[in-house]
Amino acid sequence: MADLLGIAVRLAVIVAAFLLLPLIVGQMEHKAMAHMQSRLGPMYAGGFHGWAQLIADGVKFAQKEDVIPAAADRRVFAIAPAVALVPYLVVMVVIPVGPGLVGVDLDAGLFFALAVMSIGVLGVIMAGWASANKYSVLGGIRAAAQLMSYELPLVLAASSVAMAAGTLSLQGIVEQWRWWWLPWQAIGAVVFFVAGLAELRRPPFDMPIAESEIIMGPMTEYTGLRFALFMLAEYAGIVVLSALTTVLFLGGWHGPLLPGPVWTLVKVFALVFVVIWLRVSYPRLREDQLQKLAWIGLVPLALLQLALTGATKVLMT
Amino acid sequence: MTEEGMRRERVVGIGAGADAVQPRELCTPKDPATSKELATEDMVLNIGPQHPSTHGVLRLRLTLDGERIAAAEPIVGYMHRGAEKLFEVRDYRQIIVLANRHDWLSAFANELGVVLAVERMLGMEVPRRAVWARTLLAELNRVLNHLMFLGSYPLELGAITPVFYAFRERETLQHVMEEISGGRMHYMFNRVGGLKEDLPLGWLDRVAHAVADVRRRLPDIEELIFGNEIFLARTRGIGVLDRETIMQYGVSGPVARASGVDLDLRRDEPYLAYGELPVKVVTRSAGDCNARFQVLLDQVRVSLDLADACVARLRDLPPGPINQRLPKVLKVPEGHTYAWTENPLGLNGYYLVSRGEKTPWRLKLRSASYNNIQVLREMLPGHLVSDMVAILGSMFFVVGDIDK
Repeated sequence: MADLLGIAVRLAVIVAAFLLLPLIVGQMEHKAMAHMQSRLGPMYAGGFHGWAQLIADGVKFAQKEDVIPAAADRRVFAIAPAVALVPYLVVMVVIPVGPGLVGVDLDAGLFFALAVMSIGVLGVIMAGWASANKYSVLGGIRAAAQLMSYELPLVLAASSVAMAAGTLSLQGIVEQWRWWWLPWQAIGAVVFFVAGLAELRRPPFDMPIAESEIIMGPMTEYTGLRFALFMLAEYAGIVVLSALTTVLFLGGWHGPLLPGPVWTLVKVFALVFVVIWLRVSYPRLREDQLQKLAWIGLVPLALLQLALTGATKVLMT
Repeated sequence: MTEEGMRRERVVGIGAGADAVQPRELCTPKDPATSKELATEDMVLNIGPQHPSTHGVLRLRLTLDGERIAAAEPIVGYMHRGAEKLFEVRDYRQIIVLANRHDWLSAFANELGVVLAVERMLGMEVPRRAVWARTLLAELNRVLNHLMFLGSYPLELGAITPVFYAFRERETLQHVMEEISGGRMHYMFNRVGGLKEDLPLGWLDRVAHAVADVRRRLPDIEELIFGNEIFLARTRGIGVLDRETIMQYGVSGPVARASGVDLDLRRDEPYLAYGELPVKVVTRSAGDCNARFQVLLDQVRVSLDLADACVARLRDLPPGPINQRLPKVLKVPEGHTYAWTENPLGLNGYYLVSRGEKTPWRLKLRSASYNNIQVLREMLPGHLVSDMVAILGSMFFVVGDIDK
């Protein structure tokens, strides 16, 4: 009975975090971006510095008509937002916040997280194909191409850490972590983060969305709640990517003075800030430049990191 | 609901033009043997008439092979307002209102061409203070125009921040323009024979301040975008326009100067007070998107310097009138003339034919964007859809200026 209660509490906390963190990230993006662009951002909703802006947005989205284009593939069109969103919720189950503070401690947690995360991209491809819109198709195909090329460096970089720790359990990786892993795994960390950004289709890798050329890509035809779900998926994705980078490369809950979970959150939000910062300051890569970056930049770097990790491991034993 | 009813509902759901949409049964062939592979056929993609990167209602009909453009056809005219025909039924005061609207980012420069043509036909001498004030306002207008493109072009390449910096600078200049003319876009400050009103007290100091502020903060935009690797990768060697094509299509302005066509009417055929000013003509030789953008930024600097020179000169000029008294009915003597000016976007010409009445018999308008945009047909094929946006943005056009 106590077990059951424990599981229920954990799941409730995860769902709450899943609903809350993306909103905080969204609000942070609103405000940070505004101040970087000499604006104020939302100032009215909720009174204090527009804290309730995203809630107001959500209410607005819920009231909008749910339009499905005449020529769309209705069923695929309808479930695509869910396919994009749910994987991130599932990944959050295995991410440890503090020692023992994890939804489920899987032995193959890293494998599970990466496998599930890549499903999210399918939602975008489905949306692009089902919308019966040329811009959407272009966006969907761009998203597919991006997924194909960035999955590899992502997995290679992550496997380097797994090799260093000698375990696939996310909890285990953080327990093994020492401060000198920071320089040791630095290349892997950058590759992982950049490839993750590309998989989330965040600027400067937002080619599939590119509102100035293909309008909104796969999301062009979406309205109301379904569109809101896509947006939520994007921000949930940012949280998950930042959390995974924190756990794998930045030592998760390790840190002086403050309690562990606080350290995790601090690191996650520092990375979230970097994601926002990149969006404010960078233009968008072209599709072929993006592929080039993956294949002649990130993949060799990830392999180099893998070799470095392997060699160090052998020398140490 | 019946099958027919369902279909009607679906078609109604997407509004006007729904008849062109095929019923769903036709879009998803059930027999795989008769279905075609998408990859093997060219896709016709209509960019516009409503599309975020066309700044209005330009339409480009692209034939795509994958993402590569096989053919491109600019289709203009969605915003045709019949300006030239309207010129023929308005008197010379009213024409200025119409004329400043086609390129809504360079309203002051558009007004100039009309009044210069009319003044030339009348043989009218414009007071010196008016000439210098016009020159100053024309240069401020040029800066406003260029700042708009300096902000919107990075936006099209996905950099969302420079546009806010550009608009901050525009706002600074808009303040002084608004103070003198009451308008923020369509200033309507030119009159045949001079300007509408005299300069307000202390206005020149405020202009000098605004110009200094803009010059000081211009590096914000420059540093954010110019050295950026992604920006360079997106613009260098993209959309190269050679001298020969420029000559054939009559491309002018910053776009032509970026390809090494060293033509600037402010220096080569001075009007207003440009003859007494050291006009530095900015050119580049690369002819690609990056060169066009660089020309724009350097032109802003040149224009700010010219504005400063005009302010200094206006301070020295003795007091005097700023316009001419006009007769109640202004009639232009019979004859014809062609007045052209170096507008921010290129050559802007008015061919005025008068039969001695109070309206022109014909006023032909040669607008810069119309010619500049025709060359897209030559430039786009072979590039990717993403490059299309980079090229389109770097051609610096205003749709009203194309369609007139």
